[in-house]
Amino acid sequence: MTRPILEARGLHVAFNGVKAADGVSISIHDGEFLAIIGPNGSGKTTLLNICTGYIRPGSGSVLLDGHDITHLSPRAIARRGVARAFQIPQLFSAQRVIDNMMLALAAKDGLWNAIRPLDTGARRAEAKALLDLIGLADDTDRISSTLPEGHRKLLDIAVALALKPRLLLLDEPTSGVSALERFPLMEALMSALRQRQITALFVEHDMDVVARYASRVLVWNAGNIMAEGRPDQVFSNAQVRERVIGVA
Amino acid sequence: MSNAIIPLLLDSLASAALIFFAAVGLTLVFSVLRVLNVAHGSLYSIGGYVAASLCLFIASRQLNPYLSFAALLFSAVFVAAIFGPLIERSLVRWTYGKSEAVQILITFGLFLMLEDLQRMIFGVQSFYEDAPMRLLGTLTIGGVVYLNYQILLIGMALLVVISLRLLVNHTRLGRLITAVVTDREMAQSIGIDTNRIFILAFSLGVFLAALGGALATPTSGIAPGLGADTMVLAFAVAAIGGLGQIEGAAVASLIVGVARVLAIYLVPSLDAVAPYAAMLVVLLIRPYGLFGSMTARRI
Amino acid sequence: MRTIVAASAVLILAVLPVAAPWLQFVLTLAIAKGFAALGVAVLLRAGLISIGHAMFFAASAYGVAFLARAGINDLGLLLILSVLAAALLGAIAGLFLVRYRAIFFAMLNLAVSMVFYALCAKLYSVTGGTDGMTVPVPAVFGVVLGEPTFKSVLFYISLALMLLVGLAIQRYLNSPLGHALAAVHSNEIRLEYLGIPVWAVLLVAYVVSAALAGLGGAIAGFAIGRVVPDFAFWTASGHLVLIAVLGGIGGVPGAFIGALFLELLHSVAVTVTDAWNLIVGLTLIVVIMFLPQGFYGLFSRKEASSL
Repeated sequence: MTRPILEARGLHVAFNGVKAADGVSISIHDGEFLAIIGPNGSGKTTLLNICTGYIRPGSGSVLLDGHDITHLSPRAIARRGVARAFQIPQLFSAQRVIDNMMLALAAKDGLWNAIRPLDTGARRAEAKALLDLIGLADDTDRISSTLPEGHRKLLDIAVALALKPRLLLLDEPTSGVSALERFPLMEALMSALRQRQITALFVEHDMDVVARYASRVLVWNAGNIMAEGRPDQVFSNAQVRERVIGVA
Repeated sequence: MSNAIIPLLLDSLASAALIFFAAVGLTLVFSVLRVLNVAHGSLYSIGGYVAASLCLFIASRQLNPYLSFAALLFSAVFVAAIFGPLIERSLVRWTYGKSEAVQILITFGLFLMLEDLQRMIFGVQSFYEDAPMRLLGTLTIGGVVYLNYQILLIGMALLVVISLRLLVNHTRLGRLITAVVTDREMAQSIGIDTNRIFILAFSLGVFLAALGGALATPTSGIAPGLGADTMVLAFAVAAIGGLGQIEGAAVASLIVGVARVLAIYLVPSLDAVAPYAAMLVVLLIRPYGLFGSMTARRI
Repeated sequence: MRTIVAASAVLILAVLPVAAPWLQFVLTLAIAKGFAALGVAVLLRAGLISIGHAMFFAASAYGVAFLARAGINDLGLLLILSVLAAALLGAIAGLFLVRYRAIFFAMLNLAVSMVFYALCAKLYSVTGGTDGMTVPVPAVFGVVLGEPTFKSVLFYISLALMLLVGLAIQRYLNSPLGHALAAVHSNEIRLEYLGIPVWAVLLVAYVVSAALAGLGGAIAGFAIGRVVPDFAFWTASGHLVLIAVLGGIGGVPGAFIGALFLELLHSVAVTVTDAWNLIVGLTLIVVIMFLPQGFYGLFSRKEASSL
């Protein structure tokens, strides 16, 4: 097996004595679409926070392409090709949708240019193309704080995609998105990932989405990995059905 | 040895007491209302002007000079009763929940207006009426002469620290204030009349500022520009102690008072630099002040 | 359309002193303060309020006075060197200050500027104490001018600089770096996750704003012929924020509109009343409450940013 893109080894984290991760190791390989499921408060977002350098684990390490990134900042990790979409969208809410996108594109290259405008024809076209792909074509010039929640979520993902990451971490991409829009969103996301050869890890609560799109599933419970495997394998695991999915 | 140190110490403490009066109201208002009132220094100087005018009036009518002590206290109450509710209701209330920039600018506008109002009412000449200080006389211990008024100032400052602590910890009003400080929305939802608390807290802040100004006039007089000077000194002290921390302001006043007096004795040219240099050093090391705590970052 | 409005505004400014010579000083000072207010406005875009920028204004004016004392006597050179000095001071102060936000940023700027103020006022042997220092009339491109001629030249140079520097700042604000600056106000977490170093974005802005304040200070020093510690007092810093907010922080013209408005109003008001601060304070409060985008918001159609 090839070396994983991202690997977490023996992570321990505790908040006020509550263990969010208790010796967890995970790895994600090229081309995977790895789902992490588990009850609320089981530490899934904490895992994303650790992998992106937002918090430091009590012990354990995170490797990106075999290099230790445990103590790097979110900024340094982002520059190494790891992008993140948030459970609560993190947008430049006073700015227009297109400006959110163009700034993300500029962050990748051309930020230090103080002479040429942010809004170049090429950058605008690229931003527009991504917005079309993700389904925000009609919102280009809206101020992003005025978007409905579902569209804010889409924009958050589009901004992460604009970084042209190798690895994308998504925190509940379909939460806040109406049931009708979930599958179109996932289809758009999957085609973007495939087209750009992006590996992704996503935390998700909608089991239908997980069953349909994930290439592999990790079940996280009480700071540990309870089960792991293809969606059909995991969903047939009685313990998982009882504790996580809630059907006996 | 002690002949040299004790007067120095008393000077420092008296200076600290005056600085404390200027800062404590600012920090109190910030802790309850979450507003940094840039016009606070003007309220201090207005207190001083009113007190000096009353004392001069008492002297000119040859009334009982001891009335001037009552005049000092009365002026603080008077200024607080007039300006406290007026300013809170008309301007400060409008800024709740708005950005710091807006709060600073609105109160800066108020500061400019109050500075002119003082000039129009009290003129540009300086006021000096030291009856309260002369009346108390001096105390000679071991050949060293002390001003009793300085001792009074120190006593008053201690009294204010203790009263405020008792007020906050042991009265109903104090518990209501604490509730509002801890969680404004929660306090509102359980039926606390936050508007009333805000008016009271703001007026108390004005009272303390005006009292400081009133108590300071017998020692240093009062002249235009005092409001601006006091403001920035009060800022420095409140920031060193941690905005919103009453005991922090007391300790910070001591630090600044001692630093200032030491500077006056050692490097007189740098006495005005001392408070700001202290503020700079403390804030660079502990941006939330000596007694302040960091609020959580959002995600 | 907007270019036409701007061009005619500048043209009117250029001929005004011909019609009313007393206006020349007023307008020069207004442009000088406009530069400094623009510096403050740059930081306000990131949501950072500095009550200390008068320090850079004063530092540059003192810089001119010191350099002139050291024998440098060319307007261009003095302007460049003093602005560089302000920028350098800004870089040093900024290194420490851009880590802080909100009230802490405001207070630290205040503290730094008050240390500066107190030093200027107290180090009598170096700075002349509260008497300040004179700023002599320099040569312009090697030509030695009489004072009245120099003041006219200074005015037109300031006007030209207003256009040039204004355009440059407009470009900066429209560039990725300028957009990143405004984004600091919106969401720092997202910026970090885009791989953008927020501190560097802010440091650039801080140096730019210090340089702008410095340019204003140098011009003011030349116009007044003297620099005093009060240039750096906190109320002067407050006035710069006030000008920026009156004019509106949404665009470059706002700062200059605010400064011109205020200086012109001042020169009219002093002939009728001495309650100038009362008027200004009231205007400020009214503008913030009812015109959150400042006067510039009245002119600009595009949504201007407000506080």
